[in-house]
Amino acid sequence: MKGIIETDQLTKIFDGIVAVDKLDITVEQGEVFALLGPNGAGKTTTISMLCTILKPTSGTAKVNGFDIYKQATQVRKSIGIVFQDPSIDDRLTGRENLYMHANLYGVPTSEQKSRIENVLKLVELEDRAGDLLRTYSSGMRRRLEIARGLIHYPKVLFLDEPTIGLDPQTREHIWTYIKDLKEEHEITVVLTTHYMDEADRLSDRIGIMDYGKIIALDTPARLKETLEGDVITVNATDPQRLSSILTEKMSLQKIHMVDKTIEVTVRSGKNLLPRIVELATENNIYVESIFLREPNLDDVFLHYTGRTIREEGGKELHGVSAIKRRAAIR
Amino acid sequence: MTELRGFYTLWLREVKRYLRDRVRIVSSFFQPLLWLAIFGSGIRFSGAIGELTTQQYIFPGIIGQTLLFTSMFMGISVIWDKEFGFMKEILVAPVSRVSVFLGKMFGDSTDAVIQGTIVFLLGTLLGIKLNVFIFFEVLPVMLLITFGLVSIGLTIASFIENLESFGVVQSFINLPLFFLSGALFPVRGASIPGWLELVSNFNPLTYGVDALRTIILGEAWQPLYPLYYNLFVVCCFDAVMIVIGTLAFSRRK
Repeated sequence: MKGIIETDQLTKIFDGIVAVDKLDITVEQGEVFALLGPNGAGKTTTISMLCTILKPTSGTAKVNGFDIYKQATQVRKSIGIVFQDPSIDDRLTGRENLYMHANLYGVPTSEQKSRIENVLKLVELEDRAGDLLRTYSSGMRRRLEIARGLIHYPKVLFLDEPTIGLDPQTREHIWTYIKDLKEEHEITVVLTTHYMDEADRLSDRIGIMDYGKIIALDTPARLKETLEGDVITVNATDPQRLSSILTEKMSLQKIHMVDKTIEVTVRSGKNLLPRIVELATENNIYVESIFLREPNLDDVFLHYTGRTIREEGGKELHGVSAIKRRAAIR
Repeated sequence: MTELRGFYTLWLREVKRYLRDRVRIVSSFFQPLLWLAIFGSGIRFSGAIGELTTQQYIFPGIIGQTLLFTSMFMGISVIWDKEFGFMKEILVAPVSRVSVFLGKMFGDSTDAVIQGTIVFLLGTLLGIKLNVFIFFEVLPVMLLITFGLVSIGLTIASFIENLESFGVVQSFINLPLFFLSGALFPVRGASIPGWLELVSNFNPLTYGVDALRTIILGEAWQPLYPLYYNLFVVCCFDAVMIVIGTLAFSRRK
């Protein structure tokens, strides 16, 4: 089966920095596909190219069978987008924004009213649709943007960090909409996120992206399976030494150090806990805490990149600046 | 059809936004008033221009100035749209960049002409002889003048990312165009330095202001060029700027 999105060596270079590196992915019709990675991994750049905002430096892609460069208008008709940053006119009312969108996308005038009232109902904004956007909270704006992206019945809906900066309750709400969309409207959803739980909860398949490349691509369940088992987290007085002792004496391979915490991935963790504490004590290392848990996507990311997804501190950067910083700390 | 609707939608948006911004409309009132009432009265003592009082002379010039400043200022809407992200919504819409540009341009021109009309009405208060027929002749001329000017503003704004830089560039263009257009003082005549006359030849606003004067002042004004010639030059300028603006909007990074 042919995918609704197919990229072919898709590449984007900004001032000599490779933001997206020869990407080859296929998104199947009707699935929820997540691009997961830290800020600056190239997720938004990828989406921007697929949405015809950015021109690829080389390579190309097809969306709904249309070339993103040569057939940009057809691509635009096939897609809906919710950008990472708000992209809505705050001096117009919610309803006016939706009508404007319907007109820009050539929705027949006779259908506009019913479609608009339907999407407003879907995101529960009927009561506020007559108010100016500037009076909306950021969660409401995001919901209106999702509604807007649906008016023209797109084949693919792109969501760039759909719940960034939103409170937990609104996130939960938006996740529900996204799931409903997929089930009731058979829309293909492509979302980017740097939240592990978001990708885990929503998507059928996840592409883990780092430095412009897909480093792993599979269902959430199978990605977690590749970790083959449990994660043991150890906090100890001399983590450096303990880590080398564990490698040596217990021949444990998958050991990562994250901020002085040791993370060990093993097939069966239960039996190993006492062994680790014993070994530490023998070597005069004091174990402050030790615990065992099922792997999550954070561990998957760590497994493939050797880093946690949020390891760099400081200011949150977006777009090209985030890509540049990541290139610098590489 | 889709293109026409896209055009109309973007036109409507610009006009709606403008009409909702009461502060902008009210404040737009005062600058021309200052020029006409204070500058016009003050300069009167330095002598009249032909049979005209200074106020009569500069009135069409102040309309021209209002059109110029408002049109150039409209470029800010592009920068706002970039800053607040709305630009992306427009750029991914399945409407050609030509329609996007024209919709925005016509919308901003409409706003600028509304502003020009306010100044026109102000003239009646200041005792300048005006009537409905003059207004309907002035209206299309105002529109023609703004097309090119708005296109300059939009083109520049499409290359600039922040409001501050736009303000600087804007005043670099506004003031020379204004001063060298004959809006405040004549740019033709025996006592006018040759360089001034020469430079004003290349200023599209010179022709626009001359056209406005010809219509508003009637017999009392000795036109620099025939009306049809003025309008021809303004139209050429519009055409060139619209092409440049459309190209600027069609760039894809």
